[in-house]
Amino acid sequence: MSSVATLQEVDVHAGHDAHHEHHHHETFISKYVFSQDHKMIAKQFLITGMIWAIIGGLFSVIFRLQLGYPEQSFPFLEDFLGHWAKGGKLQPEFYYALVTMHGTILVFFVLTAGLSGTFANFLIPLQIGARDMASPLLNMLSYWFFFLASVIMFSSLFVQTGPASGGWTIYPPLSALGDASSGSKIGMDLWLVSMAMFIVSSLLGGLNYITTILNMRTKGMSMTRMPLTIWALFFTAVLGVLSFPVLLSGAILLLLDRNLGTSFFLSDIYVAGKVLPNEGGSAILFQHLFWFLGHPEVYIILLPAMGMSSEILSVNSRKPIFGYMAMVASLFAIAILAFLVWAHHMFVTGLNPFLGAFFVLLTLLIAVPSAIKVFNWLTTLWRGNIRFTPAMLFAIGFVSLFISGGLTGIFLGNSALDLHLHDTYFVVAHFHIVMGVASFFGMFAGVYHWFPKMFGRFLNNTMGYIHFWVTIIGAYLIFWPMHYEGLAGMPRRYYDFSNWESFKMFGGLNEFISFISLLVFAVQLLFVFNFFYSVFKGRKVTTQNPWGSNTLEWTTPINPGHGNWPGEIPEVYRGAYDYAKDGKEFTPQNVPVGEDETSGH
Amino acid sequence: MKEFLLVLLVLLVFVVIFQIAKASEYVSVLKGEDKTRKQNNKINAFMLLGFMVFGLLGAWYCNELYYGKTLFVQGSASVEGEELDRMFMMTTAVTGLVFVITQILLFWFAFKYQEKDGKKAFYFPHNNKLELLWTGVPAIVLCVLVVFGLKAWLKITGDAPKNSIVVEVTGHQFGWEFRYPGADKVLGAKNYKLTTGINTLGVDFNDKSSLDDIHVAGTLHIPVGVPCKMVINAQDVIHDVGLVHFRLKMDAVPGIPTTQWFTPKWTTEEMKKRTGNPNFVYEISCDQMCGAGHFSMRGVIIVETMEEYNKWLSTQKPELWTVDPSRAPKEIKTDSIPTKITAQLLKK
Repeated sequence: MSSVATLQEVDVHAGHDAHHEHHHHETFISKYVFSQDHKMIAKQFLITGMIWAIIGGLFSVIFRLQLGYPEQSFPFLEDFLGHWAKGGKLQPEFYYALVTMHGTILVFFVLTAGLSGTFANFLIPLQIGARDMASPLLNMLSYWFFFLASVIMFSSLFVQTGPASGGWTIYPPLSALGDASSGSKIGMDLWLVSMAMFIVSSLLGGLNYITTILNMRTKGMSMTRMPLTIWALFFTAVLGVLSFPVLLSGAILLLLDRNLGTSFFLSDIYVAGKVLPNEGGSAILFQHLFWFLGHPEVYIILLPAMGMSSEILSVNSRKPIFGYMAMVASLFAIAILAFLVWAHHMFVTGLNPFLGAFFVLLTLLIAVPSAIKVFNWLTTLWRGNIRFTPAMLFAIGFVSLFISGGLTGIFLGNSALDLHLHDTYFVVAHFHIVMGVASFFGMFAGVYHWFPKMFGRFLNNTMGYIHFWVTIIGAYLIFWPMHYEGLAGMPRRYYDFSNWESFKMFGGLNEFISFISLLVFAVQLLFVFNFFYSVFKGRKVTTQNPWGSNTLEWTTPINPGHGNWPGEIPEVYRGAYDYAKDGKEFTPQNVPVGEDETSGH
Repeated sequence: MKEFLLVLLVLLVFVVIFQIAKASEYVSVLKGEDKTRKQNNKINAFMLLGFMVFGLLGAWYCNELYYGKTLFVQGSASVEGEELDRMFMMTTAVTGLVFVITQILLFWFAFKYQEKDGKKAFYFPHNNKLELLWTGVPAIVLCVLVVFGLKAWLKITGDAPKNSIVVEVTGHQFGWEFRYPGADKVLGAKNYKLTTGINTLGVDFNDKSSLDDIHVAGTLHIPVGVPCKMVINAQDVIHDVGLVHFRLKMDAVPGIPTTQWFTPKWTTEEMKKRTGNPNFVYEISCDQMCGAGHFSMRGVIIVETMEEYNKWLSTQKPELWTVDPSRAPKEIKTDSIPTKITAQLLKK
């Protein structure tokens, strides 16, 4: 313990000395706008992601008003939305546009760019001991392509015929034919162009993350000494680089079908009184292209949350993560399987049942590495000395949600059950819990944990606790009862259920869910407020390593400059999880192995 | 005005929370940050335990409230769906057990091993036996679920029995059309390019087998106890024939016909009695997002006894007669074709 303390002091002094060197010729533009510093780019991703999260969340609140109170009119909606909410009643076209944009925004702009973009950028160089990314320039471009994609997607909200409204999965022919839906007019072209820009951003980022992790680790940082956050972000980047191009090809083919009269996805169509000339295309082909990205995408969203939760659970239990190698291996297994299960989204498309059988087997196989992860997290808590920081609470919440949402995947992955549950609220409940809310919890955990490193200040704890408790209780109240709606066969993406004898009995429940979602949304605004308030006015960080953590980012000065370490980059002598080892509470990675130390790191 | 007040109220609550949060930060500085931290730790550990207890009670209460509204209470209305219901119960038992055990462990460990003065965490980095155990057991359990699941899946998606009644289902924005093959039991050829104002399905009436085909919109009649095979098409975008009571779904894709089949167990009248709902009706819901009217794309299936079905069928006229009245018989013998069907069906 004493050796740790002296080492920290030395580093703090080194930090102060070197601080003066880092103030030369940085203008506002080069520091905050076109920055090539990975930490600033991470903050840009985070804040852009937060803005998108507010927009996407607000959309869900508006369409929940329709679902919860289908009979009622809300005149203030007309003030904001004009003819989309004639007489204070949301129009079906716009309801579907909101649903579509909610999905698109949260899946891609928040939980992919906002999550990976933020934490891969922020943590990779800091935790592996590098001064920056392999290519700071490409890294900057990655953000600006994301920004461009954001601008295009945002502008699509304002076109006269409305934004894309065929669901975030944009299945043709609906998305290909302007005659089939007003959202499939110019709004859909903008959606596709925006996504193309987004994919460029994602590829530039992903290639950079992989290169940096493989080539720029500091001395002694072998792959098996990397923190699990880095492993998770590494597999996330690999998934993105291998799968996003497939969606790009799908988007380009769809653009051609829409604008140049090709027939990749169109055949035998009679729409709006017209017989279309397109023949020989396959609408199902698009679904294969889409889900070949779409399923890995689920893990692109989930893996960073897993990695960060692993790190935070270990740090705050003051115990090594249980089964480090098994955790890495299960991440690897999930990454491989993620590519082999896409057709489980297509069990009811007329897919060959024999082929479907393989996808059932491979899909349920994913439950094995998932189970390993869950049991390892539980064992990490076992006999720990647990500190409940807001980050730790969110990490525990993540595990709880991952269990709840993961188990319902065992229903949906079994094709026979999927025949009943496909496209019902059971699916909505499943993926919101396991992919939406769980990943958000991982992201919140990350923000609360690394905020001191990002801004040199703490988030307000009380607001953090309120944020956590309202969010986890609210999330379960919203999504748990939805399983029952799904078991009654209630289809998702319905604007109104009142004409259905089979589904209209859930009116009261829908109202309850809508009410809770309003509360939960309000609490997210509290978090946003806490965030921006604390950036400027939060309690200042006074110690270099406030959480008593082993990883390298806490060996940098409290406010690290571009280049991260003012002096030499620290050398690494051990894995990231030497907590409670040999009677010491924690032993950072840059502490040399002592003579009396037991092996096993 | 009401909205304005609501916004004001929300803002007020925000300000109050913010002030409390700020104040608590100052208090913690005064009291000593470590002391406050330990206090917070105890409170949160206790709340996690409470969350588990009330969460599990809540899950039970939710089940009490809503299980009765799910379809499993009435049982599968198709013979094939029974297997699916059994699969569901089996999966629920397995996952339910895992859910309860893991959630209890998670929150109990969090509570039990909360930070205490002088306590040291246990250094326990890995244990191969434990890890093998929780790799092996889930793998075996999942294999069992896969085997049972695939058995049901391959049976349900297998070929329809020979004695099935064949109906063609066509989805379009935003409704359902049905076509019966008529006395020859063969559906006539179609070509989407022939779709015109009256010939809404693009039936090729040069094909002899289409001459006796019957076309109805919105409501499908089928007899109870006889397998029904649906040949599914879509005219414009992808739709989905969702039959919740029969536990079936199949997409309707333009240009690529699909099929599904099932054997209804109870007539609509019987279901009214079984569910105690005098308005009960088998509904076809579109389960694939298909445009602004998706939520209103409703079809109805009337399951009836064979006699009722035959009687209904005998009142239907071939589509040809409406599409091309010149080819309708001058003196319409209403029961000529349907009588033949009845005779054939009764032979079986």
